[in-house]
Amino acid sequence: MASSGASRWPSNSGNDGISDEQAARLRERARFVRLETIRLISIAKVGHYSSVFSCAEIFSTLYYDTMRLRRGEPGWPDRDRFLMGKGHAAVGQFPILADLDFFDRSWLDDYTRLGSPLGDHPDMRKVPGVDFSSGSIGHALSNGVGMALGGRFHGKDFNVFVLLGDGEMQEGQVWEAAISAATHRLGKLVAIVDRNGYQLDGKVDDVAAVEPLDEKWRAFGWEVHEVDGHDVVALANLLRKVKADTGREKPCCIIARTVKGKGIDYMETEPGWHLGYLAPEDEARARDMILEGAQ
Amino acid sequence: MSAALHPDSWQYRELNKRAPSLATLADTLIELAEAGHPVVAGTADLQHSNGLVGFARRFPERFTQFGISEQNMVSAAAGMATTGVMPYVATFASFLALLCCEQIRMDVAYCAQPVRLIGHHTGISLGFYGTSHHATEDIAIMRSIADLTVVSTADGPQFAAALRASVNHPQPIYFRISRGHDPAVYGKDAPFEFGKAVVHGIGNDITIIACGMAVHSAKQAMEALNGKGHSVGLIDMHTIKPLDRAAVMAAARKSRIILTVEEHNILGGLGGAVAEVLAEEGGGARLVRHGIKDEYSLIAPPTHLYRHYKLDAAGVESVAQSLLA
Repeated sequence: MASSGASRWPSNSGNDGISDEQAARLRERARFVRLETIRLISIAKVGHYSSVFSCAEIFSTLYYDTMRLRRGEPGWPDRDRFLMGKGHAAVGQFPILADLDFFDRSWLDDYTRLGSPLGDHPDMRKVPGVDFSSGSIGHALSNGVGMALGGRFHGKDFNVFVLLGDGEMQEGQVWEAAISAATHRLGKLVAIVDRNGYQLDGKVDDVAAVEPLDEKWRAFGWEVHEVDGHDVVALANLLRKVKADTGREKPCCIIARTVKGKGIDYMETEPGWHLGYLAPEDEARARDMILEGAQ
Repeated sequence: MSAALHPDSWQYRELNKRAPSLATLADTLIELAEAGHPVVAGTADLQHSNGLVGFARRFPERFTQFGISEQNMVSAAAGMATTGVMPYVATFASFLALLCCEQIRMDVAYCAQPVRLIGHHTGISLGFYGTSHHATEDIAIMRSIADLTVVSTADGPQFAAALRASVNHPQPIYFRISRGHDPAVYGKDAPFEFGKAVVHGIGNDITIIACGMAVHSAKQAMEALNGKGHSVGLIDMHTIKPLDRAAVMAAARKSRIILTVEEHNILGGLGGAVAEVLAEEGGGARLVRHGIKDEYSLIAPPTHLYRHYKLDAAGVESVAQSLLA
């Protein structure tokens, strides 16, 4: 993946870097996300494994380090918000929401079954902890613009984090929202691009080229950072710094360089895994690989 | 306003800048905000067309200019609503209902956010700006979206009353208002209740069911025909969803003919909604749908188009008269 000229903050460079214990916890929670994703998709019999695996550390870092949340209070008005443009990764978000006591863990066992609140895409009317529904790619950054405007209107200081797919960069509405956020100086808005390089029909830049992403976001008036999206130390430290910069007027875009299917070797080398199903023997291998990754 | 100027003319619009319906939008939102309602507003580069500039001056902190990014505006309004405000966003109906259809479905209606969508300059009211600026499909599209209330007000006073009622309405709303120069049907204290039609009368011969700018034309037509000894009634069906089925059936039981009149395609709009009720409920009345007959409008000044498509008073009267023969 090409990377040119983006401003970079060295990972773990500050004195306020996260502790080794916290780093270990974030890695463990990312493994939890991957293992639960495998379990839930085994119920549905089809799902977006690799889309979750590219952002498992992003989920883990946001929910267990960056965001201001209250366990068991998904509607707390002062909470930081999290939205997903790539709503198809919700299967990786649901286990975290249950883990935070936003809903009963038993809901997970009926994932996608008739009447379940939990489907392939997150529904805010059904799932406590989902700050906005998604599924149609390209809307979420605009929803985030609105939340940041609402937060400002109410005099609140919550941050709004929006996870975007890199294929999502092809949606025109993303750039409408980018202009809007910069115009209205929404410094509380943070977009994170999961730059895993693949979309349903192939490599993102073969399907419809989006690079140079850093230059694009900067040209649209955003502060831009790049980070290894699987390095929880780098991610957590960067997000802490971004959040601590309360005087920032520019919205912030973090381009997280990731690997689609990260953690499962045959998914990493096979882009066709955007949507798939693991047979039981493959599922066991995948679990082993995720656990081996912890060694 | 000068009676000597043609209502399509630039001079008329200059003299009549505070076009009743559109001035109503800003004035009423200011009134609601001053009364303590959590009203915010936004537009997409049309603050002068819809009059929201007045609201923006009074309450700059409550106003968001989105620029020419209608889809972003609708999605952002839904995001804002989650924080406890009630956003009123306005742009041309053609862009709001057609360009932003999916954002309205996904982010506003499906997410049940109390966004008030105001599609103005509806139907063929933008005259010679052409099909890109006409909205003769918006009712059909909007009323097929679950959990979305659809309202087409007849004039400024009724729109004001609807806006006041909207602060206590649980669902998101699509308001369809014309270009603001529409002659008034109602006085200052127009009654308005969501889902309850204004029944001006039920005729033995014909009951006209109209919405939006067509109500004024239909009312004049009704009065002219009744003056000639016919029995013609009028129902102002300002809420198209949920439709006042009881009002439709009251007409169906008494009138020989129900004539729907709308500045919209006759497919899927008010005429379609009334047809569904009649088909399901029975009733002896024959239905005639009058409006734009599944075609793209010609280009002309608005008043010429209303005359051509028989949506002015004389036109509605002639359509009704032909049914009485």
